[in-house]
Amino acid sequence: MTSYLPPSDRIWWKVPVGREEVVWIALALTWCLIMFLMMPYWHIYGKQNLSNEAYQTTPAKFGSRVEDMIKAHKVSEEKGIPVVHPPAGSDVYMLGRLWQWWPILELEKDKSYRLHLSSMDWQHGFSIQPINVNLQVIPGYEMVITVTPDKAGEYGVVCNEYCGIGHHTMLGKIYVKE
Amino acid sequence: MSLFRTCPDSGFYFHKSAESLMKANAVAAAVSLLVAGVLALGVVLTRWQEVHLLDASTFYMVLTAHGINALIFWIIFFEIAILYFASSTLLRCRLAAPRWAWTAFILMLVGAIMNNVAVFQGNSSVMMTSYVPMQAEPHFYLGLILFAVGALIGIFVFFGTLVIAKDENTYEGSVPLVTFGGVTAAIIAVFTIAGGAIILVPTFLWSVGYISHIDAQMYRVVWWVLGHSSQQVNVATHVAVWYLIAGVVFGARPMSEKVSRAAYLLYIFFLQLACAHHILVDPGISSEWKVFNTSYAMYLAVLASMIHGLTVPGAIEVAQREKGYTKGLFEWLRKAPWGNPVFSGMFISLVTFGFIGGITGVVMGTEQINLIIHNTIYVPAHFHATVVTGTTMAFMSLTYLLIPALFRRKVFMPTMAKLQPFVFGGGMVIMILFLLGAGTMGVSRRHWDMDFTGALLNFEYAGIAYTMVAIGSIGGVLAIVGGAMYLLVTVGSLLFGEKLEPSAGFLQSFGKPLDASCYRSGDAGRALAAPKPVEEHGSAGFEAPGTFALALLLLVTFIVYYFINWKYLASVWQLG
Ligand code: HEM
Ligand SMILES: [Cu+2]
Ligand SMILES: [Cu+2]
Repeated sequence: MTSYLPPSDRIWWKVPVGREEVVWIALALTWCLIMFLMMPYWHIYGKQNLSNEAYQTTPAKFGSRVEDMIKAHKVSEEKGIPVVHPPAGSDVYMLGRLWQWWPILELEKDKSYRLHLSSMDWQHGFSIQPINVNLQVIPGYEMVITVTPDKAGEYGVVCNEYCGIGHHTMLGKIYVKE
Repeated sequence: MSLFRTCPDSGFYFHKSAESLMKANAVAAAVSLLVAGVLALGVVLTRWQEVHLLDASTFYMVLTAHGINALIFWIIFFEIAILYFASSTLLRCRLAAPRWAWTAFILMLVGAIMNNVAVFQGNSSVMMTSYVPMQAEPHFYLGLILFAVGALIGIFVFFGTLVIAKDENTYEGSVPLVTFGGVTAAIIAVFTIAGGAIILVPTFLWSVGYISHIDAQMYRVVWWVLGHSSQQVNVATHVAVWYLIAGVVFGARPMSEKVSRAAYLLYIFFLQLACAHHILVDPGISSEWKVFNTSYAMYLAVLASMIHGLTVPGAIEVAQREKGYTKGLFEWLRKAPWGNPVFSGMFISLVTFGFIGGITGVVMGTEQINLIIHNTIYVPAHFHATVVTGTTMAFMSLTYLLIPALFRRKVFMPTMAKLQPFVFGGGMVIMILFLLGAGTMGVSRRHWDMDFTGALLNFEYAGIAYTMVAIGSIGGVLAIVGGAMYLLVTVGSLLFGEKLEPSAGFLQSFGKPLDASCYRSGDAGRALAAPKPVEEHGSAGFEAPGTFALALLLLVTFIVYYFINWKYLASVWQLG
């Protein structure tokens, strides 16, 4: 009878379905399949993908690799934070901790780098602005993702995973040079 | 012999114990919404950078409490009331084990209070997701666990009632579609709570020191089993409320029982454990699993929502056309009772859920597109379109129906009630659209200060991002006014609304039954309308062209917006 009474037709599953519903289901299902296929398609032909490369690590282990990179390639310092210019194509590291992204990276335009990210303590959100690329940073896990900056300039690294009272002061930098 | 009454106006059957329980749960829900709404004011007035009301630690505390009171306590208390309604009232059956149902209620109440106490003591500002290794006080987790245990008992009372109804033959044939929606919600809720137990119990033990370490990645995977499926509970429930309101206001019947029920089954089969879209940019999880888990290869849960999105308004259109509103594509909609908040709220809920909540959700749940959206304020904007203009508005509309039927009071201040859905919905839509915009500009969620005061380095958002947050906040304030109107009408009705039947006094609105003379005992008067002979309903070709046109508009919007986002993604740094 109505939606809140038992179906008047006891064998409701045999009542034929209206045409607009059939057409709509066909359209919607087609669209759903297209949306699904877009994801594998982009993995093959797209240029922005997640890497699938990650390792379990510890704060101590990851921290010492970051310090090694800083020792080898530090070029200057800004407000007490080292600025590092690693060779193009190399492995570069950034760690998140309460409440700092460490160190500042200097990259070259149109060169690829293997960027390693991890956290020393709580979860953080690695958010490169203004291009708005966002990655989750989790203690105990090291994510490796290849980045190829295509525009020179100054980029902010905002923390966008809530990490306590100083969360809003957790700001890092990446410079991309011509 | 159980006591019951039949509402002389709506014809609804109310078993006396079930009635009291529905009232108690609904009132607890409204109180939670009140708390959440007051806190929302603190949230928006702080995010609005030019106002920046609260200091950082208060803001994070208030935001934690806002999320939990709104999303968990308001919604779930109300859902328990709906489950009792969908079983006891719609099947005209006594509620199974009212004592257990009261135990459930008390556990939920104690849990909710305990959790709030923990948050407002100040050392548990961990947000509703409580990601480890950030730690809250033990009673924060314990409160949530007690609440969940209570809710689980309530769900079993619902299932028990279904069994009794079947045993006592209180209905013929299959359960009504609305009840079927309730069954769907309840089944998913059991999975949700199981997921919740798996993650929250160890976390509680960790907070008291019995467990030394919880893996942060594992926590996120399992927490989102709970977090995601609970949202599916909300969707299943509010879709059932849409069907119910379409039935009550228009006498609408489902266009096709088969299609609507099959769509509900898709929710059960394809939503379970689909937590990956919340952790798309996490390390340690493979793309294959993410892609498969978000879509199950064909987005069948999305398909299900798209089906309901057609069949609910379609059913209304068919009913309206039968009444003679047949001119053009949209006379049925223009001549709908827009002055009745039961209908207007429900329809706004339907449209905003589909056009805003649904589309943004699927777009940002796409593995690669999530890269440019994750954890920005786009995310709360999206879920305010699902859980606020969608679920919350559906529940608000239902309240306007329940004030006379369940509480037996006339709606107090009917003009305010009439305007309420437009103020609340309008304000919320403004907030949502502008915060979606701010999110695409990179403004982050759960963030106290767009100016990064006190940071060593500096970064400046574009000026337009500030403007968007400001306009969004003004929309938010308007929505809070709309929320206050809702509470004014409901509380006003419960306290001062004209009594439609002899009352047992003041406490009647809070769970006490009506005057004893209103109830009868036994099974008399329970008889259901006799089933009519087969209706070849639905087979007559295009019965709802207006709805179909709206659905096509939705699809086109969806496709355009989806590819705009891919195009935007293609413009950022190469990543791989
Ligand atoms: C009445 C008007 C409301 C306004 C103005 C409002 C505003 C907001 C804003 C601006 C945020 C994001 C803050 C941030 O991330 O920095 C937020 C978060 C949230 N809101 Fe609302 N909200 C309202 C009602 C509701 C309702 C009714 C619900 C649920 C049914 C809800 C659930 C949530 C949740 C779950 C969060 C996320 C908290 C977190 O990040 O942990 N809100 N709200
Ligand atoms: Cu942070
Ligand atoms: Cu989800």
